[in-house]
Amino acid sequence: MSDLISQNLNMIFKTPKGETVHALKDLNFTLKKGELLTVLGPSGCGKTTLLNITAGFIRPTSGTITLNKKEIDGPGVERGMVFQQGALFEWLTVAENVNFGLRMKKEDPIKTQKKVDEWLEIVGLQGFGNTPTYQLSGGMQQRVALARCLINDPDLILMDEPLGALDALTREKMQSLVLKIWKETGKTIILITHSVEEALLLGERLYVMAPRPGRIHKEYNLPFASMGLKQDLREIKKNKDFSSTREEILEMIWNMEEEIMGKDI
Amino acid sequence: MLTQIVTFLIFFAVIGCILYGRRLIKTEKIDAVFGNPERALGGTHWVIVGSSFLLLVWLYYSWDIAKGFYPKSANELCQVAKVNDSLLGLKYQFPIEERELKSTSQIKQENKNLKKITIEIQNSNELDSQQKTILVDFITKTNQLIPLLTNEDLLENETKQRIDDITGKINLLTENFQKSDYPFETELEFNERLKAVSEEGGWGITKVDAGSGTIENTIEVPLIPATNRGLKFHVAAQELNLISDEFFQLRNHNPEFKKRIKELKDDIKAYRNDLSDSEEVASTYAKNIVKIARRIEFASIYPPNALDKMQNAIVQFDNAQIKAQGGLRFIDIFLFPAGTIVASGPSCSEQGSGRWLPKPSDTFNKFILMSKPSVGYKDIPLLWINMVDVSKIIGFILPDWIADILPGEYPVHTKDGIVKQNFKGKVLKFVTGDFKLFKIPVPYGHIWDSFLRVFLGLIFGILIGVPLGLFMGLNRFAKGFFDPLIELYRPVPPLAWAPLIISVLGIDNTGKVFLLFMVSLSIMIISARAGASGTQLSKIHAAHSLGASKKQILRYVIFPNSLPEILTGIRVAVGMCWGTLVAAEFLAGTTGIGFVENVAKKYFQYEVIWITIFIMGMLGLLFDVTLRKIIDKTIPWRGKG
Repeated sequence: MSDLISQNLNMIFKTPKGETVHALKDLNFTLKKGELLTVLGPSGCGKTTLLNITAGFIRPTSGTITLNKKEIDGPGVERGMVFQQGALFEWLTVAENVNFGLRMKKEDPIKTQKKVDEWLEIVGLQGFGNTPTYQLSGGMQQRVALARCLINDPDLILMDEPLGALDALTREKMQSLVLKIWKETGKTIILITHSVEEALLLGERLYVMAPRPGRIHKEYNLPFASMGLKQDLREIKKNKDFSSTREEILEMIWNMEEEIMGKDI
Repeated sequence: MLTQIVTFLIFFAVIGCILYGRRLIKTEKIDAVFGNPERALGGTHWVIVGSSFLLLVWLYYSWDIAKGFYPKSANELCQVAKVNDSLLGLKYQFPIEERELKSTSQIKQENKNLKKITIEIQNSNELDSQQKTILVDFITKTNQLIPLLTNEDLLENETKQRIDDITGKINLLTENFQKSDYPFETELEFNERLKAVSEEGGWGITKVDAGSGTIENTIEVPLIPATNRGLKFHVAAQELNLISDEFFQLRNHNPEFKKRIKELKDDIKAYRNDLSDSEEVASTYAKNIVKIARRIEFASIYPPNALDKMQNAIVQFDNAQIKAQGGLRFIDIFLFPAGTIVASGPSCSEQGSGRWLPKPSDTFNKFILMSKPSVGYKDIPLLWINMVDVSKIIGFILPDWIADILPGEYPVHTKDGIVKQNFKGKVLKFVTGDFKLFKIPVPYGHIWDSFLRVFLGLIFGILIGVPLGLFMGLNRFAKGFFDPLIELYRPVPPLAWAPLIISVLGIDNTGKVFLLFMVSLSIMIISARAGASGTQLSKIHAAHSLGASKKQILRYVIFPNSLPEILTGIRVAVGMCWGTLVAAEFLAGTTGIGFVENVAKKYFQYEVIWITIFIMGMLGLLFDVTLRKIIDKTIPWRGKG
């Protein structure tokens, strides 16, 4: 039904020096409704480009990408996005940030307020509605960003390294939160990350991308996300399968990096 | 009175703060090592010492301490100055303050002149030997005039008698001067003098011109003696003037001298008349010799010891008057730094720092005076309110053509001569403000005018500059199209535009507001542009994903995100506008605080100049503090995002 389908997606950039960069080449994939896809890969493999195309911020050079059989052309409310640094509007309070989308649609303020309260509770920020955003810690800011995105009820949530700037402990808590939200709302999620562990823990499916040209190198179907809904994330990390897959992927990425940089060490 | 209190307070404050500072160092908990920046923190007590010191320097060098503690000293010193001035001519005749007797130095000088002219004549190529002989003979005769004056035996009895007379008068004056009831003033004279003193006013007083209501210049030092000591000097100075006139009318011309000089003058005259046009050189020399002879004639040259008694008398009087000055001399030395009143002579003005550095007390009094709406400056108050009917404001704002475009005609009078009002006529009455409602206070005056100009210029600059700047930060066309225009006029100093704009738009508000608009416009454009182009792309992306339209993104994301830059720009613009305005008001205008300073400059009203400087500083500070408060309130996230 509401699948995200990419067909022969190509993205070619021209650098100011005149070089051509093939950021994405012939990308074909299908993401079914309710799936959680994590994307891994060394820097420059086109992860963020893929996300920006999906969000509609940039247009692909060729090929099409459709959501619910509608071609993506420009940004839209049905595709929510969470950024690495939160990208919160620091001149607004937490509640104002969260209800931004609804306010722009000029929805009933009372209903909006109710929704805001609900979402703040889900992300664990009840009572912080009137706090100015600049007073929040990094983890709290990401919670606000999550709530702001989810209150619009998007079909697809795009997360661009949302937990990258957090400390280890907060990161773990936030990982559980992402899983919890995924389970409760049943949204389709694409999450980009640099951390192999995070990709394994959160991803129902995992794409490892390779650079030059940007392409899907390997695809995994993983059990850990559904395990993570029931048990402690730290326990999963001790799982044998988990560690072997992690080593495999690390090796893969390491080789890619070496290919680009050369064996310098 | 106030000055005295303030002076004492300053002393106590300085001493107290220094003691506090000493104690603080001993009890402080921070590392007491050199280079620790924490040792520069705090220190309000040193701020007090610093400002007290500044105030003290001001009080001292403006001679306000002298005025506060010895308000009569200036008037008395002025009388002393009169005596000094009268005595000066007589003193110069004797080796009292000079090295030698005036007669001696004049003889030396004229001998030198004669010798010089002799050498010139003898070396001249244009004179023949016969002429040289005649001219040298004239010189010898001129030289021989001097002994006729310096010979005691030739001194006439009448002249001796008159010298003794003058000496006697000086001695009598000295004797009287030392008496406590000198001068012998009648009660009528006393009352008249006191009346004149109170009419003249005290030291540093400013009067309001009864006719026009404008303030006059400050009286530097009152001329009329107000105290008994002052009167003593004043009268002595008058008497001394008479004595010295008498002495300078006296000539030491005995019959022999008169005969000889007449012969010499006649001889030279005859000689010059006989000379032909070609012998002009000889004629000029002869003329110069006569000049020297005439100088000797009027030089008051006396025999060496003839004036000894008179010299003694003058020295005695001088000593007596110095003694009578008493403590006044020390006040003059210590409380009138960098100048003195005595140096001004009988004109009684402040000579030195007291002249251009106004006394705090005078300045304060003048400020109070100028603040009165009935006085103000140039018939306009500094800041006051006018009760204006609301109808006038409505009439000013609404354009008259509103009535013109209504259907129908304006009323025409009937054959009975009655005008019947209709709807169109009523509307015209309304838009022209021809009705009465209720009155509201509207501020006016110099300060208000300056403020309003800055405010209007700034508002127009913001209203146009901010949208344009945001647009330029986001749009390639707007940036490219408007950039050349702005970059062409912005680097020009605003004051360079002022003459042009004032000539075109007039010296009143329009020109100045436009000038300030130009100043603020470029600053607002640049800051708004920087704000817009500094918006993080991810925020714009986020807004797009949340379903905001272009307008909404501009209004709810880009504008608030640029607000810190815009507000900082406003702060800069206010400073620039304020500086430009004052200078523009110097150039031309009829109101405004810069205008006041410019006029005060023309009349040397130093207090007014300092008052305007102070007002400008305070207003500038007020603007800045207000804006800083607004900035802290509206953009608390700045630097924390």
